[in-house]
Amino acid sequence: MRTASQPDVMLPTRRLEPSHGWNLHRLSEIWTYRELLYFMVWRDIKIRYKQTALGAGWAILQPVLTMVVFTVIFGQLAKLGSDGKPYPVFSMTALVPWTYFATALSAGSQSVVANQHVISKVYFPRLLVPLASVLGPLIDFGIAFLVLIVLMFWYGIVPGVAILWLPALLLLSVLTAAAGSIWLSAFNVQYRDVRYVVPFLIQLWMYASPVPYSSSLVPARWRLLYGLNPMAGVIDGFRWALIGGPSPGAMTLVSAGVVILALLLGAAYFRRLEGTFADRI
Amino acid sequence: MSSQPVIRAEHLGKRYRLGARRRQHGTAREAIAGAANRLLGRLRGGRSDKASQEILWAIDDLSFDIQPGETVGIIGRNGAGKSTLLKILSQIMEPTTGFAEITGRVGSLLEVGTGFHADLTGRENTYLNGAILGMKRAEIDRKFDEIVAFAEVDRFIDTPVKFYSSGMYMRLAFAVAAHLETEILVVDEVLAVGDVQFQKKCLGKMDDIARRGRTVLFISHNMEAIQRLCTKGMLLDRGRLIASGSVTDVVTTYRAAEQSLVDVGRFNSRGRTGTGWARVKDVRLVDGTGNAVAGRPAEDDLTFELDIELTNASKSGASLRGLVTELVICSEQGQPLVSLMNVDDDGVELPSVTACRITARLPGPTFLPGRYRMNLFLGIPYLEHVDEVPDALEFEVLPPERPWRPYELNISRQIVCRKAEWICTTAVPAAEVAIS
Repeated sequence: MRTASQPDVMLPTRRLEPSHGWNLHRLSEIWTYRELLYFMVWRDIKIRYKQTALGAGWAILQPVLTMVVFTVIFGQLAKLGSDGKPYPVFSMTALVPWTYFATALSAGSQSVVANQHVISKVYFPRLLVPLASVLGPLIDFGIAFLVLIVLMFWYGIVPGVAILWLPALLLLSVLTAAAGSIWLSAFNVQYRDVRYVVPFLIQLWMYASPVPYSSSLVPARWRLLYGLNPMAGVIDGFRWALIGGPSPGAMTLVSAGVVILALLLGAAYFRRLEGTFADRI
Repeated sequence: MSSQPVIRAEHLGKRYRLGARRRQHGTAREAIAGAANRLLGRLRGGRSDKASQEILWAIDDLSFDIQPGETVGIIGRNGAGKSTLLKILSQIMEPTTGFAEITGRVGSLLEVGTGFHADLTGRENTYLNGAILGMKRAEIDRKFDEIVAFAEVDRFIDTPVKFYSSGMYMRLAFAVAAHLETEILVVDEVLAVGDVQFQKKCLGKMDDIARRGRTVLFISHNMEAIQRLCTKGMLLDRGRLIASGSVTDVVTTYRAAEQSLVDVGRFNSRGRTGTGWARVKDVRLVDGTGNAVAGRPAEDDLTFELDIELTNASKSGASLRGLVTELVICSEQGQPLVSLMNVDDDGVELPSVTACRITARLPGPTFLPGRYRMNLFLGIPYLEHVDEVPDALEFEVLPPERPWRPYELNISRQIVCRKAEWICTTAVPAAEVAIS
């Protein structure tokens, strides 16, 4: 154990002072605190389905029931096109990343306020809080993804080599959820309106994303603009990687660019506000 | 190099805007309305509403050095800024002015069990809480057995903590915290947990930590604990550092300052309301010989004397008869604790006179040492508030002059502590015998 009687060990000196402006310094602290991030994700997973009757069954039920409803309403009644693929598989490939995103965004946007007790008692980089709550729902994603594979097998769909892009696309949806959560959770500290806005936002966002319909409904010249919605890029990417179809290429690149920009600005904004979290919460 | 301080604070200050409290919790709509108001105000040439907000400096221009290995007790009344200072030093809050330079890791124990989750087991919470406090996983692995042994919960370590007794819960929480090995430890009155034996163990552990050459900052209202654990003291009053030095000197200064506060024990009629045809002229706490005093030792009776009179005695036929007197004794924070009324079985009725003195004696011991306030009420039940005086008297319950066990165990929390008639039988009731 290190004691004060061993002054030969040089310890870093930190300066605590009022922070000014937008800055990203000390972002590397996230790495120093990676074990805490791990424990926070682990806690979220552990308590996720505590005291529920169905447990992880909810991770299957949610996308599957939505898929059934979509198949009946949009597939059968409204006869929305599905690019020549069976509508259940077509909608499920979108619902799996979408359900992940929706769960992660609603948990992430509430995360800082939900952890206010810890935040007002102990220091750690506050960015860990929204990050951890975005990583937790990946478990649900994994379970729902297995259901999707079964469904593809049932319809005899074999993915091509494009499936190798899937990890990158998953990363893109994690980053989209992270960017949204960082912005919204910081807003939420000051304006609790966020709690009421988020469910509505998620609903609107779903219809703005090619979840029940194909993005081929969007005219080609608007396609790049459509990519400004990062989830459009993610979902088109998922469809391309899993059940084939035209490569979303440029559109997904636009999405990736938007997300990285939103993430960096969000992190700077969050860092700017985090010093005041304990005062305001 | 050892002369370099581990903590160096220069002109540290933390400001709160009291008027802004509502807005801090506000909704976007309020913020928009507020912005519009400010804009309108500026257009009209008025000052923005910031000027009208009350500003409170929770800590104000603090400069100090703490050397490696020092154990510093931070003392002061409630609201002196002790907790704010610890929160700034443990990086939970940012200062508004000045800066602090800190060399080494800071472990902050502002409460025990931060981040404990009821659904997780003792083992899981140990890891989670350890990680939140800043321990590495390997460090927790290494100390795990020691923590469990210290907390005396080994049989239940894989049971969710929601099934723990509160004593077990606190023991585990303290045990994790006590095994934190940062160079600097910041502790806010977490000692008084669990039963007597465990409290002793906690104090022993703190002693141990202090002796091992780590730097400790410790807040407590318990002067005995401060003097036992700390070598140096810092006395804060309304955000300012008013004394620092050896712990004995600072504690002495604190006690002297507490005694000399002028308004303690004096009748304060500010803020009185009511129809006012009769009034409390004076109220005081008196000792055994009838002298007005500011405080009484905990084990003694509390005797209050009230002088009541008609304000317009010339009015024929009027008297004090039928008036009900109530004394409400509150904690220092204003939380009502006890009500004393003269219409109780042992009470007296006010006579048909124009002025009288009424005495209420509350047998001791009742209150643990601390500062208390009293609200006064004079009225006719269901009909009329005649005289109502909030904060009419502030008085002190002093540490007992004879040993009083509940005080030793409660470590100066402001609560009511009465004697009860206790009975303990060894015979098992017949019904239970029949079941087994």
